[in-house]
Amino acid sequence: MATYHLNAPMTDADVAMLKAGDVVYLSGIIYTARDAAHKKLMAALDAGEQLPFDLKGSVIYYVGPTPAPPGKPIGSAGPTTSGRMDTYAPRLHSLGSKASIGKGKRNQAVRDALKEHNGVYFGATGGAGALLAECITASEVIAYEDLGPEAIRKLTVKDFPLLVINDAHGGELYAKPNYPL
Amino acid sequence: MRMLKAEDVSAAVRDMIIEACRVLPEPVYKAFVEARDSETTDSAREVLDQLIKNADLAKATNMPLCQDTGSAVLFVEMGEDVRVEGGLKQALTAGMVEGYDKGYLRKSMCHPLLRKNTGDNTPAIIHLELVPGDKLKIQFMAKGGGSENMSRCTMLTPAQGWEGIKDFVVRRMAEAGPNPCPPTIVGVGIGGSFDLAPTLAKKALFRPLDVPNPDPEIAAMEKELLEAINNLGIGPMGLGGKTTSLAVKIEMHPCHIASLPLAVNVQCHSARTKEVVL
Ligand code: SF4
Repeated sequence: MATYHLNAPMTDADVAMLKAGDVVYLSGIIYTARDAAHKKLMAALDAGEQLPFDLKGSVIYYVGPTPAPPGKPIGSAGPTTSGRMDTYAPRLHSLGSKASIGKGKRNQAVRDALKEHNGVYFGATGGAGALLAECITASEVIAYEDLGPEAIRKLTVKDFPLLVINDAHGGELYAKPNYPL
Repeated sequence: MRMLKAEDVSAAVRDMIIEACRVLPEPVYKAFVEARDSETTDSAREVLDQLIKNADLAKATNMPLCQDTGSAVLFVEMGEDVRVEGGLKQALTAGMVEGYDKGYLRKSMCHPLLRKNTGDNTPAIIHLELVPGDKLKIQFMAKGGGSENMSRCTMLTPAQGWEGIKDFVVRRMAEAGPNPCPPTIVGVGIGGSFDLAPTLAKKALFRPLDVPNPDPEIAAMEKELLEAINNLGIGPMGLGGKTTSLAVKIEMHPCHIASLPLAVNVQCHSARTKEVVL
């Protein structure tokens, strides 16, 4: 298991070298989107409209932060459960998005899409929103302001701590529960 | 009849909410430290270290512990000899709205189908019980959606009994895996009715982490379930380890001779509860 310091947007070469269990400190520009924003992104794609950000190399962070208190760029900002975005993620990967950040399991369709389109799924520590916000240096709402906490934000991050949960080669980090399911 | 002013009730609710979203109950914090010291893998220890640092930072900088500051769940015990001028529900709601606004907390309530955010975290989910006396006890929980989504309720047959209960609870936590932000706290409601079992499960989550059920037999069942869940090996954030759950809390209630209602309410490690008595 290796440790890397990488930049976002991500390159194909960076994604391809990552293995489940690697630690990544990510710096650069990432975009927030959760349930409602994804729905709007899909509608925009269906209508042939331009998306509010460039999908190429993009890293999408599943988060709905708390409001920024005075003097801070953002409030508490940890990951939400990724599984709810499973229905949308393969399409975004097929259009050039390289990575998502969340917590919890992905389904087979997402794992297949990561392989097919050279993508990666990162986990951040759920419930560590105060700590993770320290790695966000700027935040700006760029679309769907009416969605409130679910609006799309462009975040500037510095050494944001991530774990590779699902890599582009079929690797997966989560422990298999010791129970017949 | 004792009268309470609506503004005093509102202020108490507001302050309790802001504090609860920033400062974890002491026994939960202690459990993080104990779990970190008992884990043997780097990844499990790292997650728990982050949770400890997160709790320290939230307390020191007034930042909410987690970005999901939840549905506002209020369990209220109202003495039969006390009233709130202007109305209890209005006072609770006003305090909740002010707490979420002044505390820079996330407003997470929306229309179930249209998904339009109500904008001020209303409505609060309020459970009211009338009790003897002239006191007003208000318990608050900031209930996160990620762990709530992993909760389930079922109607077992009486024949399924304890074995059936155990299988349902442990299977639920195995299926939930990393999703509800383990290490979790598991609230279990046994008995009552279809509507009461989940309320019991939620109520169980208000019991302090280090306090077992006062009935020694039920306390033993809590221990047995906790051991079975921790044998799953899911570990902190699902990365493997000994600590999948910090505690199991059971509340029991008599039920119909034909039924065995069962509910599992999953609480994440960000177990934000607080109470006030007026
Ligand atoms: S499950 Fe709990 S700790 Fe995890 S993101 Fe939701 S509220 Fe926060």
